[in-house]
Amino acid sequence: MKRLLMLLPLVIFLVVAVFLYRGLFLDPSELPSALIGKPLPAFSLPSVEDEQRVITAEDLKGKPALVNVWATWCVACKVEHPVLNRLAAQGVVIHGVNYKDDNAAALKWLSEFHDPYQLNIRDERGSLGLDLGVYGAPETFLIDKQGVIRHKFVGVIDDRVWREQLAALYQELVDE
Amino acid sequence: MKRLIHAMLLGLLLATTAQAAIDTYEFRDEAERERYRTLTEELRCPKCQNQNIADSNAPIAMDLRQEIFRMLEEGQNNDQIINYLVDRYGDFVRYNPPVNAKTLLLWYGPAGLLVLGFGVLTMILVRRRRVEKTPASNTLSETERERLAQLLDKKDS
Repeated sequence: MKRLLMLLPLVIFLVVAVFLYRGLFLDPSELPSALIGKPLPAFSLPSVEDEQRVITAEDLKGKPALVNVWATWCVACKVEHPVLNRLAAQGVVIHGVNYKDDNAAALKWLSEFHDPYQLNIRDERGSLGLDLGVYGAPETFLIDKQGVIRHKFVGVIDDRVWREQLAALYQELVDE
Repeated sequence: MKRLIHAMLLGLLLATTAQAAIDTYEFRDEAERERYRTLTEELRCPKCQNQNIADSNAPIAMDLRQEIFRMLEEGQNNDQIINYLVDRYGDFVRYNPPVNAKTLLLWYGPAGLLVLGFGVLTMILVRRRRVEKTPASNTLSETERERLAQLLDKKDS
């Protein structure tokens, strides 16, 4: 009994050490999304290309897809863009949410850097972004074919992120 | 030179207007202003993580202030407004997190440790007192005394 009690400080130290060690590798800027497992919020917004064309959450159903929140003012989006272009060329379905952006600038960007998006939602006032819990572009949601949000990735999707994290998740949704 | 000064003055002017644009909300009464103040101070900015949305200058914080003001105007109560934000950003946005399975350690951990500490302290004190009070430990029994005498004798010889 006494022996065990003497070990107690060591045990406490080890427990604390494990927690702190784990803490070293956590990214505090990565928030768990409150929307995982929930359907896309309802919205009705024009498309970037054509103001007359109205896109709703229904239009995003049918195929699993990436929903990428982007803007021309977002520096990191520029880094991400070529990767999205490559993925789109591979047949990955990507929809865009042009978040709080100037539409003319967005159109210019798409014609200059190529357009990887199947549907491109024009969220000038950021209302859809707010409903999606967006706090900084770029953010990317993975939705399944019923339009349910299954995963959220905050930050730039580069080749490594795609290969190591998102590709498998996307494939899973395709195979469902 | 003169042009530079003019440009700087203009810049200063623009800066003040931009600053003023943050707080141009008109509240119906003092109570509503007070509610707005507590809410924006109690809610955390999702982008700049160690600021509340009252203090933060991030665009998202501005949007959220606007949104909170809109909901106050609509006559929603504090719980509704907080739930609206928690639905979108998770419990993270609350500086005053709810008590649930996930936050149990956070809420009761310190108190638990305190109780544990007092427990250990009492145990040590009680044990020490018991040792002091027990006369048996200070006196030797008859056989022990004989044995001691024997040993001492041996040493002498």
